[in-house]
Amino acid sequence: MAETVLETSSLTMRFGGVTACDNVDFKLQARELRCLIGPNGAGKSTFFKCVTGLLSPTEGNVYMRGDEVTGWQPHQIASLGVGIKTQTPNVMDSLTVSENIWLAARRFHSVIDSNAKVAEVIDRLALGSIAKTDLGQLAHGERQRVELGLVTVGDPWLVLLDEPAAGMSAKDVERMTVIIEELLTRSAVIIVEHDMQFIRSIARDVTVFHQGAVLMEDHVDAVMSDQTVRNVYLGKKA
Amino acid sequence: MQGSAGKDYLTIIVFGAALIWLLPMVENTYTLTILIIYGMLGLSLGLIWGFGGILCFGQGAFFGLGAYTYAIAAINFGESTVPMLLAVIIPAIFAAILGAMMFYGRLTEVYLGVITLVVTLILFKFINSTAGPQYVIGDARLGGYNGIPGFQTLNVPGDPGAYLWGDSYYYVCAVALLLVYLLVTWLLRSSFGRIALGIRENETRISLMGYDVAARKTVLFAIGAAIAGLAGALFASWGEIVTPTLFSMAQSAEIIIWCIVGGLGTRFGPILGAAGLAYMKFLLGQQSLVDNTLITGLILVLFVLFLPKGIVPALARFYRAVLGNGSPGKRKNTHRIRRATNG
Ligand SMILES: Nc1ncnc2c1ncn2[C@@H]1O[C@H](COP(=O)(O)OP(=O)(O)O)[C@@H](O)[C@H]1O
Ligand SMILES: [Mg+2]
Repeated sequence: MAETVLETSSLTMRFGGVTACDNVDFKLQARELRCLIGPNGAGKSTFFKCVTGLLSPTEGNVYMRGDEVTGWQPHQIASLGVGIKTQTPNVMDSLTVSENIWLAARRFHSVIDSNAKVAEVIDRLALGSIAKTDLGQLAHGERQRVELGLVTVGDPWLVLLDEPAAGMSAKDVERMTVIIEELLTRSAVIIVEHDMQFIRSIARDVTVFHQGAVLMEDHVDAVMSDQTVRNVYLGKKA
Repeated sequence: MQGSAGKDYLTIIVFGAALIWLLPMVENTYTLTILIIYGMLGLSLGLIWGFGGILCFGQGAFFGLGAYTYAIAAINFGESTVPMLLAVIIPAIFAAILGAMMFYGRLTEVYLGVITLVVTLILFKFINSTAGPQYVIGDARLGGYNGIPGFQTLNVPGDPGAYLWGDSYYYVCAVALLLVYLLVTWLLRSSFGRIALGIRENETRISLMGYDVAARKTVLFAIGAAIAGLAGALFASWGEIVTPTLFSMAQSAEIIIWCIVGGLGTRFGPILGAAGLAYMKFLLGQQSLVDNTLITGLILVLFVLFLPKGIVPALARFYRAVLGNGSPGKRKNTHRIRRATNG
C-alpha cells in the first residue's frame, strides 16, 4: 500500500474530568480521503486540534510521514506541508481575497511565484470577481471557499478540514465537492463533518467518533447501515 | 502594486523635502527639531502597534534607553558616531530579549501591556536611584534623578570638533526622520510587512499558514525599539542632558495618545499626532491659565468619542470623498485595502 502520511497512537486529550479524545489510533495513507464523523461533542475537533498542534495531547503520539510531531506548534506542523482549516473561520477580514491567499502562498514560494500561485488559485476557485474585495464583506460560502484557497495554495500533501461545508448552500457544497476531488490527486485529505448528506456525496472511508473514542472505521455504506452508528445518530439525519 | 512603489517613494521625498524647507519659515528650528524627534518616537510605536498589533505601554523605555546609551557612550568616546549606532542597537537588543520572552511565552495582549509597563517602571526607579558615585559606566556617572549633563553632542562623523547644532541639527534630524519614514514604507511593502499586517488581523491563521508568529513579532518589536532609540539619541543631543523623566509613565502614555489622535494604521498619523500635540503643549506651556495635561486628556477623550480612527484616516476619507470617482462600494473597498497595506 501507499505511504502512511499521518498516524496517531493512543492519542488522548483530557479537559479536567472530560476525556474529549480517548486512546485514538489512526492511520492515513497518501492521497487518501477520510471523513471523521460523529455527533456534536464526539471529540472530532479535539482530535483535529491535537493533530494540528493547536492543542498539545495529554497522552499519546502523532507521526507525520514517519516523524514524530507530538506537541509541535501549529506553524511547525503547517511548515511540513500541511494545510489546515479550523471549524471556526480563520481569515483576515480587513484584507482582500488575493492578499489573504498571497500571504499563504508566500510561505512556500518566492514573491513572483506567489503572485502566479494566487492568480492560479483565484482562477481555479472562481474567485476572480471578488479578488479585490475584503473578506469581511463576503458571504459565508465565499469566505469558506477563500479559506479553502489559502489552505491549498501551498500545495500541501496533507489537508485537514474541520466542517468545510457548514452553513453552505447546496450549490456551494457541490462546488466544494469538486474542489476536494481535485485536491485528492495531490494530497491526502481529512474532513471532519457531521452532516451525513455531504459525507455520502464524497466519502469513501469513514471513521466514526463517539464520546472521544473511535467507534467504527469502514466504507461509508457499511457505516451507514450499521445499527450502532444509527443509534449514536438517533434523532439526527442519518 | 509593484509599479506604484517608485512613485510612492518619490512622493514621500518630494513632500518631505518641501516640508523640511518650508517649516523653518513658520517656527524656529530649535522647536521644530524637538517636534521632529517626537514624530520619530510616535512613528516607532505607530509601526509596531498600527501595523503589527503590538500595543506597548513602555515605548518610552526604549526612547530613554537610546538617550542614556548615547549620553554614556558620548562621554566615554568623546565623539558621536559610535554612540549614535549604540543608541539604536542597544534598545533593539533589549527589545528583542524582552519581546522573545513575551511572544514565545504566548502572553495575551493584557499581560503584554502590563509587562511593558512594569519594565518601564523598573527602569525609571533604577535610573532614579543611581545618584551615588558607585554608579559609573566608564567615565560616565549615571547621576540618578539629576541625570547626565555635559556629554559630546552630535558632530560631523570623524571630526569631533565640528558640532552640528542650530539649523544644521534641524536638517540632520529632519532628514533622519525622512529616511526612517522611507525605511518604514519599504518595510511595510515587503513580505515581512505584509505578513506583520496578517498577524495583526489574525495571529492563528498566520501560524496555521506556517509562519513563526513569535519570531516575527519579536523582530518587529525590536525594529520599533531601534527607531525609538534613535529618537532618544537625537533627543539627548538636542537637550544636552538626559534625565530619568524620559522613562516616566507620562512619557509612554503620551506616545500612545499621539498614535490614537494622529491615526493608527497609518505612517504619517503618529508623526502628526506627536508633533501636533507636542507643539500644543509647548504653546500652552507659555501661559498659566489652563493646565496642559488637562487639555491633552480632553483632546484624547474628544478624539476617542468623535474621531476614533484619528486625524489622518479621517482626512484621507474626506479627500477621497471629494476627489473620488467610481461606484461608492468599490471605492470603499480600495480605500480599505490601501489603508491596510500602504497607510
Ligand atoms: N477547550 C476545551 N475545554 C474544555 N472542554 C472542551 C474544550 N474543547 C472541547 N471540549 C469538550 O470536549 C468534547 C469534544 O468536543 P469537540 O472536540 O469540539 O467535539 P466535536 O468537534 O466532535 O463536536 C466536548 O464535550 C467539549 O465540551
Ligand atoms: Mg467540531
